[in-house]
Amino acid sequence: MATTYTLISSVTVGSGGASSMTFNSIPSTYTDLCFLISARSTDAGGGDYVVARPNGATTNFTFRNLASYDSATPVSENGTLEFYTPIPAAGGTASTFGSTHIYIPNYNSSNYKSASQEGVNERNSSSGALMLNANLWSNTSAITSFTLVTLFANFAQYSTAYLYGISNA
Amino acid sequence: MASTYEKIATNTLGSAASSVTFSSIPSTYTDLVLISNAAVSSGAAQMLCRLNSDTGTNYSFTRLGGDGSTTESSKATSVSYMQITWFGYLTTTINQAGIANFMNYSNSTTYKTVLTRSNNAGNGVGANVNLWRSTSAINTILLYPDASTFATGSNFTLYGIKAA
Repeated sequence: MATTYTLISSVTVGSGGASSMTFNSIPSTYTDLCFLISARSTDAGGGDYVVARPNGATTNFTFRNLASYDSATPVSENGTLEFYTPIPAAGGTASTFGSTHIYIPNYNSSNYKSASQEGVNERNSSSGALMLNANLWSNTSAITSFTLVTLFANFAQYSTAYLYGISNA
Repeated sequence: MASTYEKIATNTLGSAASSVTFSSIPSTYTDLVLISNAAVSSGAAQMLCRLNSDTGTNYSFTRLGGDGSTTESSKATSVSYMQITWFGYLTTTINQAGIANFMNYSNSTTYKTVLTRSNNAGNGVGANVNLWRSTSAINTILLYPDASTFATGSNFTLYGIKAA
């Protein structure tokens, strides 16, 4: 039986942090892509966001989400940011990292690229956040690379990102 | 190394179809994952699901969704279908990304629970939990839109996950 769920590449951020995590030369041999990210920001605030940019793009994105901030009534937001969800930052609880899952079906297709994403900043204090996002990149190009950044600062040491390819062949 | 995540079947529609069926699902896995990237031929529609050809009112669901400005939660009991999408419903462009997890689908002791995420940046995001009140192992999954037909190019893939 062919292997259908394969690690393409991974990044672990070293001492001093990193401004980005980059995945280049993504092969076209899979059907879907899946990111599993454990990340923390160096921002002085309590929270930041991991931002995923297919092919390095920063435009032609739309999203709608479900978001929970602390104990407030959940909200639904929309906008034009890239694929993004919350992560903890240096101003918050030490040693806490946010978990993010992104699933991109049919990343080689000539259709616009949709994605399912969820992520959290849970740190045993106020300003926690949970997001479920519906993403769309309105571009017909096949995805061949991904750049991960934070919205406000850099990735902290020990942040990790794993990119898997899923094949339905 | 043993493969724990395997494709069972995939279906990319060459023409519009009123439904998509995965049949003869082997019982050799622990869980199932259904990935959809789909549209409908006209208008908009929810993607619904029936298991093992059961058309009885043996399903229920609870759902949470948002359209980008408002949120809503609700539920339905004793209905004749599961709901795979909600706010992230199907439109005429293939902008939808859907994930459905069928937990412990092959056991013959417990009722079956299905978690779904529906995503469409044009209309919203939804999270549903569905229950099928049957102890039968799932061997057939029927997907259908509640209006129109699945559009050409819609893609559905069923994966099996093994615990052993």
